[in-house]
Amino acid sequence: MSQAAAIAHPPHDVPEHPTATGIDSRKVAIWALIGSECLFFASLISTYLVYKGKSLIGPLPHAESQCVLHGKLQTCEGVFEIPLVTAGTAVLLFSSFFVVLALYGAQKGNRKMLIGWLTGTVLSGMFFVGMQVYEFTHFYHKGMGYGTNLFSSTFFTLTGFHGSHVTVGVIWLATLLVLAIRGKLPPGKSLNLELAALYWHFVDVVWIVIFPTVYLLR
Amino acid sequence: MDATAGSHARGGHSHPTPGIYFKVAIVLFLLTAFEVLTFEAGRGGLGPALRPLFEPIVVLVLVVFSGAKFVLVALFYMHLKDDSRLLANLFAFPLVIAAVVIAALLVLFRYWREGVGP
Repeated sequence: MSQAAAIAHPPHDVPEHPTATGIDSRKVAIWALIGSECLFFASLISTYLVYKGKSLIGPLPHAESQCVLHGKLQTCEGVFEIPLVTAGTAVLLFSSFFVVLALYGAQKGNRKMLIGWLTGTVLSGMFFVGMQVYEFTHFYHKGMGYGTNLFSSTFFTLTGFHGSHVTVGVIWLATLLVLAIRGKLPPGKSLNLELAALYWHFVDVVWIVIFPTVYLLR
Repeated sequence: MDATAGSHARGGHSHPTPGIYFKVAIVLFLLTAFEVLTFEAGRGGLGPALRPLFEPIVVLVLVVFSGAKFVLVALFYMHLKDDSRLLANLFAFPLVIAAVVIAALLVLFRYWREGVGP
């Protein structure tokens, strides 16, 4: 490769500026962000677990309970729909697979692979957010608002914050997809996608913890 | 397949190939399926005969399987297996604190709820 070409397309893992660690500062920063997010979600998960089973009135996640629906006290069934959430979980897991393939394509300069898999990732993220919006609406119609009981408050806070993180990830990846389509994501700039992919994988691993803790633990 | 054998060199560290990413995706999917099946068996959804077998092990299975999925994503998809140790430590240190916070709060509130505490 000529010197001019090397400057135009620097290797994707070499920092643009010299750093003390030899690692690009943006990559260190995203890992520091992910570390701080671990603590944020730990506080939400522990709050959910601490108040688990302490609700005085329904609806409850799995069991039948007494709840107020349309201003009347009546018997409500458990609110969770495990098959729907399992489908959302599977799609989110596969989106992590899609984004590593998109990154592989970006690093190899394979534009078709980059755009194809990145589109799949964005669509998967949108499916997950859509699933969550449907689920929240469904719960609301079953008489479960944010302040209905301890379960609903901790559930909506935990899964809502996760959903907002997924939404941010979808917007970030969609922005990169537009750049890729316009040809502005060459191998030399693949770190931009790697940072978004790391954030996306983090959102995925948080759901790996939330899914069994919230939906499967009785 | 050995992860390093199918990897491409990238300035001192290597990333796995699409084939390895695919195998990890399949394992993640299977582990999730086993999680849901264990949950269903534990609540009697797969027949009353299975319930006494699975009910006592549901929590253990969920913890082990979700832990395995977490480690797989972190090592292979987040590339901690091959990336700098500094990045792994940046992730692991807060993760340990997070685990301690969750465990401490659960123990504290159980202790308080059972009226053993002050």
